[in-house]
Amino acid sequence: MDTSASEGARFQPVSDQSVLITFGTEISLTAHQQVMKLLRLLQLEPVAGVRNLHPAYCSLLVKFDALRLRHEEGEAILRQYLARLEDVKLPELRHLEIPVCYGGEYGQDLDDVCVLHGKTAEQVVELHASVEYLVYFLGFVPGFAYMGGLPEGLVTPRLATPRRRVPAGSVGIAGNQTGVYPFATPGGWRVIGRTPVAMFRADREGLSLLSIGDRVRFAPISADRFAALEKEWA
Amino acid sequence: MGVIQVQEPGLFTTVQDLGREGFGPLGVSASGAADAISLRLGNHLVGNAEGAAGLEMTLLGGTFLFPDGGIVALTGSDFGAAVDGAQVALWTSIEVKPGQTLRLGPTRSGARCYLCVRGGIDVKLFLGSASTHILSGLGGHEGRSLRKGDRLKIGPANGAAPERRLSANALKHMLPRKILRVTPGPQSDWFPEAAQRMFYESRYRVAEESNRMGIRLEGGAVPEGAGGKMISEGVSLGAVQVPDGGQPIILFVEQQTTGGYPKIANVISADFHCLGQLRPRDEIRFERVDWETARALLREQEEFLVSEELIFE
Repeated sequence: MDTSASEGARFQPVSDQSVLITFGTEISLTAHQQVMKLLRLLQLEPVAGVRNLHPAYCSLLVKFDALRLRHEEGEAILRQYLARLEDVKLPELRHLEIPVCYGGEYGQDLDDVCVLHGKTAEQVVELHASVEYLVYFLGFVPGFAYMGGLPEGLVTPRLATPRRRVPAGSVGIAGNQTGVYPFATPGGWRVIGRTPVAMFRADREGLSLLSIGDRVRFAPISADRFAALEKEWA
Repeated sequence: MGVIQVQEPGLFTTVQDLGREGFGPLGVSASGAADAISLRLGNHLVGNAEGAAGLEMTLLGGTFLFPDGGIVALTGSDFGAAVDGAQVALWTSIEVKPGQTLRLGPTRSGARCYLCVRGGIDVKLFLGSASTHILSGLGGHEGRSLRKGDRLKIGPANGAAPERRLSANALKHMLPRKILRVTPGPQSDWFPEAAQRMFYESRYRVAEESNRMGIRLEGGAVPEGAGGKMISEGVSLGAVQVPDGGQPIILFVEQQTTGGYPKIANVISADFHCLGQLRPRDEIRFERVDWETARALLREQEEFLVSEELIFE
């Protein structure tokens, strides 16, 4: 039995109906594995009285029915789950590719990103499309995947003033993260391109294109190809 | 089964029930009625299950034609309702005869009024709920607020329609509070004493750009905490986050599921319904309570909602 996960986990009441379990104070693959395993176990064996789960980089927020569970009772049950994490099998890794048309009308911040890093547009695109990213979690809005693993040379602060509306499909970078806006929403990430792929569809099995733990690559496409794919998938 | 024809939608009217819990891992927040207690009571008054879908109107109500009639109840804030020109009361079941029109106007009290109809509003469920999630355009009636000309189906109902009204005592109990009770937030101890004092002693004004995602406040800026570096984490309903600049934001029913701002406090569950009645320019304060008190207040509220003296037949 593995007790290290339980010992290393910090429990914090965050509201009268939720508790935050944090694995360490840094974003790490180890912490993320524990988040995924705890999430998985809680999905396979739901706890009576638990109403929702909000995974993130190195934490899981557990929302419960405050009339059924007290924080201490919730923690006692969840600690038993933590003690079993070692045995949790995660689903097989999925590798996905997302086509992106970079720059121009689809990536209005690409030029600024080039200036900030002293790179050409071609270099920025090549770098962004050169690595495989990890989906740490879906959050913010339905289907928004927080992906980590942005190359050092692309780490960029978010916009000082968020935009009121970022178009659906926009591919953005912020800090050492990258992500795709599933819906037209306000947003402060720097937009470098856009994908014609629907990130979240109510009429699709699983709803969200991406899931926690997925590995993702971006594949550059031309504006013509973007238009063709958009038409094909409409 | 009848329909409701939307002649005027009002300022912002959506189909809401008690929301969809359990989809946080997809980034889908619960949504649901902003003042869930008013929706639950409205459903009770017309003999529905408490979680049936109703219409949530915001600040300015709509005009609705009932070609086949219906039993309705209006709850929450007073939007000056009238059926074919004759004023009708809140918190009671009302018979609308075939061909009659229910017209509501601007609010005379809080932000939201609920229209519950016997049989409920019948829309296609998304993830088990009829609630509209505006930002993603999902759920409710076509994933959006109502428009002129929309036709809403009324669900089936069995048995005789009840004649019910809420007790005067219950109404007193329901008055929305302007002093919101909170428990400490996860980054509470990041904020030094001066910041805590600023937060708990200030009056905050509800900003115009508040909505179902978040209630933005204007008032005493909370000095930045020096606790450390925030890593985005799951956020709870009613969390009071303090972004740069120090003007707090209360995360509300259509909240983002995760966030990266430190949270100084969290509104207690028993006061969530009060958030749903806050209008722009309303003034509020925060009052700290402990976990036991928060739980006791919620238990008391839930016991009250099922108590015998709540509703008269």
